[in-house]
Amino acid sequence: MKPHLVLKPSAILLNLGVALVALLVMFPLAWMVSVSFMSTGEAATFPPPLLPRTFTLEHYRDLFVNQGMGRYMVNSLALASLATLLALAFTVPAGYAFAKLRFRGRDRLFQALVGALVIPGQIGTLPLFLMLKQMGLVNTYAGALVPWLASIFGLFLIRQYALSLPDEMLEAARIDGASEGQIFRRVVLPTLQPIIVTLALFVFLGSWNDFLWPLIILTDQSNYTLPVALAALSREHVQDIELMMAGSVITVAPVLILFLALQRYYIRGMLAGSVKG
Amino acid sequence: MTDVPAESDTLIAKPMRGHTPRRGIGRRERAAWGFVAPALIAIAVFFVIPVVSALLLSLTDFDIYALADLGNLRFVGLQNYERLFGNPLFWTAMRNTVWFAVLGVPLAIAASLAAAVLLNARTVRWRPIWRVVFFAPYVTTLVATAVLWNYLLNTRYGVINWALTSIGLPAVDWLGDPSTSIPAILMFVVWKIFGYNMLIFLAVLQTVPDDLYEAARIDGAGPWKQFRHVTLPAISPTLLLVSIISVASFFQLFAEPYVMTQGGPAQSTVTVLYFMYEEGFKWWNLGSASAVAFILFLCIFAVTLIQLWVSRRLGGDHT
Repeated sequence: MKPHLVLKPSAILLNLGVALVALLVMFPLAWMVSVSFMSTGEAATFPPPLLPRTFTLEHYRDLFVNQGMGRYMVNSLALASLATLLALAFTVPAGYAFAKLRFRGRDRLFQALVGALVIPGQIGTLPLFLMLKQMGLVNTYAGALVPWLASIFGLFLIRQYALSLPDEMLEAARIDGASEGQIFRRVVLPTLQPIIVTLALFVFLGSWNDFLWPLIILTDQSNYTLPVALAALSREHVQDIELMMAGSVITVAPVLILFLALQRYYIRGMLAGSVKG
Repeated sequence: MTDVPAESDTLIAKPMRGHTPRRGIGRRERAAWGFVAPALIAIAVFFVIPVVSALLLSLTDFDIYALADLGNLRFVGLQNYERLFGNPLFWTAMRNTVWFAVLGVPLAIAASLAAAVLLNARTVRWRPIWRVVFFAPYVTTLVATAVLWNYLLNTRYGVINWALTSIGLPAVDWLGDPSTSIPAILMFVVWKIFGYNMLIFLAVLQTVPDDLYEAARIDGAGPWKQFRHVTLPAISPTLLLVSIISVASFFQLFAEPYVMTQGGPAQSTVTVLYFMYEEGFKWWNLGSASAVAFILFLCIFAVTLIQLWVSRRLGGDHT
């Protein structure tokens, strides 16, 4: 870095260009936050104001007191957390077993799963809805969580990572008389920790941001997640720009903060899943 | 991607099969099944069965009457498909979706690639910060940012029209005019997703040795020539795969039109998935909606086949 300390004009121009693009990319989010603090009607003027004339929290208060935002937030938080726990419980042991344990039909099963990876989940949406209706799970948390149990992608991600575990480590534990369950808990889980954080992050963000499935399965307003509630709210309150922006901030902020805190895990996992298997 | 695991499996498997005592194998096999069974059962029940039933459902007249009483359900063969092919709105949805993909994929990829090339320049400072900034929109909640962009695109008070008019261009009725509604939604989509492919391109670009650029510079190549002759060849396999994957994802637009335009104006933003949603959960024509889902699947499957074919061709070229 040292030799670049004195920047040539072209380098300064380039850095300015990058900063300008970053400003453009960040502008919508910054504007959203700014407008959420404006008083009612302030944003609906021309030219559009960029900063609030007077700073107010009235829209946040309105959302939580009158619009049930607290309830939707609890729903989103509970569903995303449960989805994460369930997805990990189902996919981590399976991903490890597909990588490191031998059982009959393993390779053929795995190939079938990889093949199924190209089928978009939306295809089964309607039969799944009917199935859950038969089981009485429409409009329940359980119904909303079901698709997150069957994550072929998660299984695949864990398996790719688990392939790199040294066999000698597992053999040594077996010779010491550890059962397969003990090996999984004491030897495998700690070493899989980075990829588990990645998968947990993917599932949490995926569930929090998901729209189509909760829209279909959560029919009662008291069960709405934030995105579903926000979409419904925006049809009622199109004119209330400030209120809607406050609602958007509440919806986006948790996941954005979570991503910023754990971005290392997110980006590494994303590249591992897409650039090279 | 798939041939790597197959190799390592046989390498591990062959020596072990002969050495391990039989009882150990039986116990280990049982343990393995214990590990995979919950996931496999969940995948079978909540993924495989619904996907297969979607095909069967598309051959029935499942509607609101069948929803009330299964006795009203009838097998109708390919009638749902025939009726769809005769439905102008279905073709509108197909045409819109193709437009979204045809315009959106090149735009999104050009934006990703431009951002990646920009960030990959040697003299750019604080690269990790910019990387996160450019990527951040990707992780935001789609519905929330769609609501946000609705206001940015507002005809009278929107920031975008303000920017246009302040440089002397006319204001545009972005989401109210059938001819600009798709470009307007695409502006939002590109802003939201370009960071994803940018990271992938950046990862590939960073594997290109600096010497190659140095050599090109010595040969007197300007930035454009360097891009043409060094960057593009290095990135082209990724470029191709990424674009084909993007087509599949542009085929699945739903929340954007749902939140921003409700399919309007004049049905100019009804996508296939939006059409399926309305057919299934607004009109409760679940049989016909399943037929739409299945057609969507066939389209995506066709694109995936092309992807596999292309990647095999490329793989063949390199070895």
